[in-house]
Amino acid sequence: MTPSIFPLRIENLVYEVGERALLRGITAEIGATQRTVILGPNGAGKSLLLRLCHGLLAPTGGRVVWQGRKEGAAIRDQAMVFQRPVTLRRSVAANVAYALAIRGVSRGPRRLRVDEVLARTGLTAKARVSARVLSGGEQQRLALARAWASRPQVLFLDEPTANLDPAATRAVEEVILEIQASGTKIVMTTHDLGQARRLGEEILFLCDGRLVERKPADRFFAGPESPEAAAFIEGRLTW
Amino acid sequence: MDDFSTAFSLAFDMIGRLDPDLVEIVVLSLKVSLTALLVAALIALPLGAAVALFRFPGVGVLTVLLNAMMGLPPVVVGLVVYLLISRAGPLGVLGLLFTPTAMIIAQTLLIAPIIAALTRQVILDLWEEYGELLVSLGVHRARAIATLLWDGRFRVLTVVLAGFGRAMAEVGAVMIVGGNINHVTRVMTTTIALETSKGNLSLALGLGIILLTLSLLINGAIYVVGEWAARRNAA
Repeated sequence: MTPSIFPLRIENLVYEVGERALLRGITAEIGATQRTVILGPNGAGKSLLLRLCHGLLAPTGGRVVWQGRKEGAAIRDQAMVFQRPVTLRRSVAANVAYALAIRGVSRGPRRLRVDEVLARTGLTAKARVSARVLSGGEQQRLALARAWASRPQVLFLDEPTANLDPAATRAVEEVILEIQASGTKIVMTTHDLGQARRLGEEILFLCDGRLVERKPADRFFAGPESPEAAAFIEGRLTW
Repeated sequence: MDDFSTAFSLAFDMIGRLDPDLVEIVVLSLKVSLTALLVAALIALPLGAAVALFRFPGVGVLTVLLNAMMGLPPVVVGLVVYLLISRAGPLGVLGLLFTPTAMIIAQTLLIAPIIAALTRQVILDLWEEYGELLVSLGVHRARAIATLLWDGRFRVLTVVLAGFGRAMAEVGAVMIVGGNINHVTRVMTTTIALETSKGNLSLALGLGIILLTLSLLINGAIYVVGEWAARRNAA
């Protein structure tokens, strides 16, 4: 068992493009257990924060520190699923097998794990099909299966259902809950209040590049303290 | 006009009975160009992908150079190779001048930049789509090159076929370094040039018809591959 990479410490994180600050000093410590939902309007910096935590981008200020790991050395224990599912031009099974091969999983166990995650994401019947001909919802489930197969300690999800219909959204949300039940920390962004209520155990509310509010989900939705969060929940568009 | 129709019927007659001279020339053409294509692809596919993915000093200059060399005049390539392998040249001891090997070298130099430059664009487009995923999966750059070449296989195949078309059609480079020696270095394009100037229109025309047919087949193949890939939603 690899040692835990949690807690994740985000220290005064800043991301600037030219003169524009897209993230303005975010500090937080994120634990291993709860489903963390990063909520906020478009342009708040949610996706950016996720990419910085995952290590796809380097911050222009501040640090992302994973427990006991040097900078950039924690990505092996992480996985990410993107808003638009990226599928390789191969069969469904080969997509999952590829991710495992990269992580150095040998052939025998690889096949077993491919079968297992495809079964748990409802894609067994499509295993030999080209991944590119799947529907949007199926492609996103494949992305989840591929991420899940490597048994990451944390799974980042960037608006995973933004392009999906309600039925496909539900299927994806069920898989997310199962992945968490198997012991993977979930950190996801959404601008969908319903989804935040369904999946959120802890809410980080972002607005205009700042962490405005951070609370357990029930308390957040019962009574947001900041005017920005209150306006967002009520659906008043003040930005 | 009569000459013309006579030439045509003679040409078809030569093709019909598989005239040995004609066959020999066609076979040598294919051998030279296919070998050049193989060598060029082995060099240019990884090179084009590397230029697309790696950030190293001089990558900008290399990109401009590759793009500029796509339009290299074959006669200039022929001249450069001639200077290198002629008796007085730095590689003169190898005795390659006026051999099929010299023609392969020239055609390789001619099409490698084309394949590399087009491959670079294919890989750049794919990286746009795959980049974040591959970084997220922890894929190293060298592995990424292999992944993208495989996932872009249909587009890469189109690029390779374009290189083959260029090699088959050029005349200047093989003429200079091969010398158009009968039964040794005579290929379709050089024969057409020579026989036309000698007035032997039927052989020239017969070869021209074969060359055109090959060109049509290559472009047909490019089209079919593209369509097939699009239908499989894989391009």
